[in-house]
Amino acid sequence: MGFIWFWIVAVMLVIYVVLDGFDLGVGILHPLLARSERDRQIMLKSIGPVWDGNEVWLLAGGGTLYFAFPWLYASAFSGFYLALMIVLWLLIMRGASIELRMHIDIGVWRSFFDGLFFASSLLLAVFFGAALANVIRGVPLRADGYFFLPLWTNWRVGPEPGILDWYTVIGGVVALVALAIHGALYLAVKTEGELRERARAFVRRFWVVLFAVTVISLPATIAVVRADALANYRAYPVMFVIPLVVLLSLAGIIQFSHHLADHKAFASSCLYLSTMLVGAAGALYPRLLPSSNDPALDITVQNALSGPHTMRVGLIWWGLGMALAIVYFAVVYRMFRGKVSLDGGYGH
Amino acid sequence: MDALFLHRIHFAFTITFHYLFPQLTMGLALLIVALKTVAIRRHNERYNEAARFWAKIFAVNFLIGVVTGIPMEFQFGTNWAQFSRTTGGVIGQPLAMEGVFSFFLESAFLGLFLFGEKRLSAWAHWGSAFLVFLGSWISGFFIIVTNAWMQHPVAYSVLPNGSYEVTSFWGLLTNPWALLQYAHNMSGAVITASFVMCSVGAFYVLENRFSEQGRIFLRVGVIAGLISCVTQIFPTGDLHGRYMAKHQPAAVAGMEGLFSSAKGAPIVLMGQPDEQRQSIDNPIVINDVLSFLIYGTTRAEVKGLDQFPSDQWPAPLTLLFYSYHIMAGLGTYFALLMLVEGFLLWRGKLFQTRWALWPLLLSFPLPYIANTAGWMTAEIGRQPWLVYGLIRTSEGYSKNVSTGNTLFTLLGFMGIYSVLSILFIVLVYRTVLEGPSTDTLTLDTKAVPTTPA
Repeated sequence: MGFIWFWIVAVMLVIYVVLDGFDLGVGILHPLLARSERDRQIMLKSIGPVWDGNEVWLLAGGGTLYFAFPWLYASAFSGFYLALMIVLWLLIMRGASIELRMHIDIGVWRSFFDGLFFASSLLLAVFFGAALANVIRGVPLRADGYFFLPLWTNWRVGPEPGILDWYTVIGGVVALVALAIHGALYLAVKTEGELRERARAFVRRFWVVLFAVTVISLPATIAVVRADALANYRAYPVMFVIPLVVLLSLAGIIQFSHHLADHKAFASSCLYLSTMLVGAAGALYPRLLPSSNDPALDITVQNALSGPHTMRVGLIWWGLGMALAIVYFAVVYRMFRGKVSLDGGYGH
Repeated sequence: MDALFLHRIHFAFTITFHYLFPQLTMGLALLIVALKTVAIRRHNERYNEAARFWAKIFAVNFLIGVVTGIPMEFQFGTNWAQFSRTTGGVIGQPLAMEGVFSFFLESAFLGLFLFGEKRLSAWAHWGSAFLVFLGSWISGFFIIVTNAWMQHPVAYSVLPNGSYEVTSFWGLLTNPWALLQYAHNMSGAVITASFVMCSVGAFYVLENRFSEQGRIFLRVGVIAGLISCVTQIFPTGDLHGRYMAKHQPAAVAGMEGLFSSAKGAPIVLMGQPDEQRQSIDNPIVINDVLSFLIYGTTRAEVKGLDQFPSDQWPAPLTLLFYSYHIMAGLGTYFALLMLVEGFLLWRGKLFQTRWALWPLLLSFPLPYIANTAGWMTAEIGRQPWLVYGLIRTSEGYSKNVSTGNTLFTLLGFMGIYSVLSILFIVLVYRTVLEGPSTDTLTLDTKAVPTTPA
């Protein structure tokens, strides 16, 4: 049961990153790719009808995490207190900037929200990457099952880590570059003309960076931060398929975008993000939040799982709810399929 | 400052601000469905224009509700970690169900409702409005189930490690407290939306601008207001109050300011409780009424605060007393006002009777106050318990978070919410001044006309 719920939560968060990832990416690229008011509107409109639904995966995933692993939820959320609150503020500002920008046709009003949209998207990407890196690195859990981390201490991965240190900052940079490329590939799919060309050019220019930070993050994890990161992989060598797919999907991003196959390139990027996260989750299991000083204090699937009745009943309603959610998403993405145009909505 | 106090204020501030928006979302969603139904059934395009106008306000209101709602779910973990750890297996369930069953539905169909009118048939667009309404009311239900379990825990058992587990899924969802609270709360949300709609309608009719639309708003607002204001008192308020008297007698004693038990207990209409002397200054009372309201007979004995040890008294007691009295007083005013307005509407005189339009114009803030006061009654009445009778509030907060951090984020939320308030007011003000037009809400610049400076 713990295994099932671990992967349920993991998959919900993977879907969140893949979906909200592209609209965060659009936000990061907003000042870089848009040259005119028309470009800015098209970029916003490409995510307008879907960003809110994408973000729901974070809420639904968070809620599922809460009821499946209450101790993890309590310990992690209070321990990462300040970072989490900043993420909440960024989500508030980002939502407001997307929705309120178009209400008033005044230059400074729109520029203000453009700036807010860019900054909040960028910082969210960095924080999400750093959050995952924190979980991989582990936290100084105390015997009572709690911990508290300041935002930063000495930027070192040591006995007194902060939420931000050199390792978690690398995680943030990986997320930033990966989501920017993800957003560019989405824009290549959803737009036409010069904007699409600029999005494609961005990918051609920056895939090297993504390749570099991906390659750096792996030895940093295995050699420096978490020596036992490969334990699961050694026990089940078939798991080495996952990093292989990461590399293949990176190659796919490069190859397909050189051949202007936008849809396939975007699909490769989805695959890249999913396999990166699944690879990390696979290395972590059955730990949910490892202790950085004593493995006996790890929060694990076994010791954090809610009562058996709760989890059994949960499977039933969760399955039903997900089936409905998939139908809604199919309807919405179908309604708003095709290229974005400013006049007359979506489609051809 | 003490940590417990700061965590309480943190939650109280963020949730009070948050709930200013969903109450309008939920009420307005119902009224928009009503407008669209009339538009289709009577082939009246005016009602579609009205629905489009309210959709614009709905969109801004919904957005602020969403962005201020996200922190609520996360604050259970950040600020109330010990509570979350022990009860997550129970209350995490309705919270997760809210995400899975309501937020996906709402977010998906809100986009279709706001952006899809040109691409959908009339009934399909009605359907998207209906699903947004359904989603918001489902969301409300799961939140009430969560709160009701804290007010009146049912269907649980305690595991060996001290955490709580659900023993009956349906028992949790059909907690009688939840059903009563839900009915009372949703009726309160419809009151807010009715008063807001009436206020804009009265403004248009009094100003003689968009007065045709103004009359539609008044008609729909007064009818919905009359129904919801009456059901707010009877049966929902009445039943909820009696159930509460049975299961949280100390809270009811505090609400009523009843310091000592009495047969034929009086109701205090107004007064200032004095906790030290255990009496009420300047009381205006009617004898026997409280006994009658709770037990249906004037001779029944109602338990006073003297029946409970002082460490089980709800606190702060005086704030509980005032919250309850503000809620009940305003609720009575709403019902009386709507009876008068409803009568005038029925006689066909409402739109010409200027003195009757003024209170409708001015009363729209009052339901927000009444709903807030109602929730304060519920939440302060539950004190000193976080989960009634099981977990004290002082046991639930995050002891690993220092007061410096809590105050920092509380001030941060206050700052951000101040800015959100200003943006909200500016945008709604503009929308009301622009008035209903035939434009659909799109991201197209042409559809968002600029007001001349």
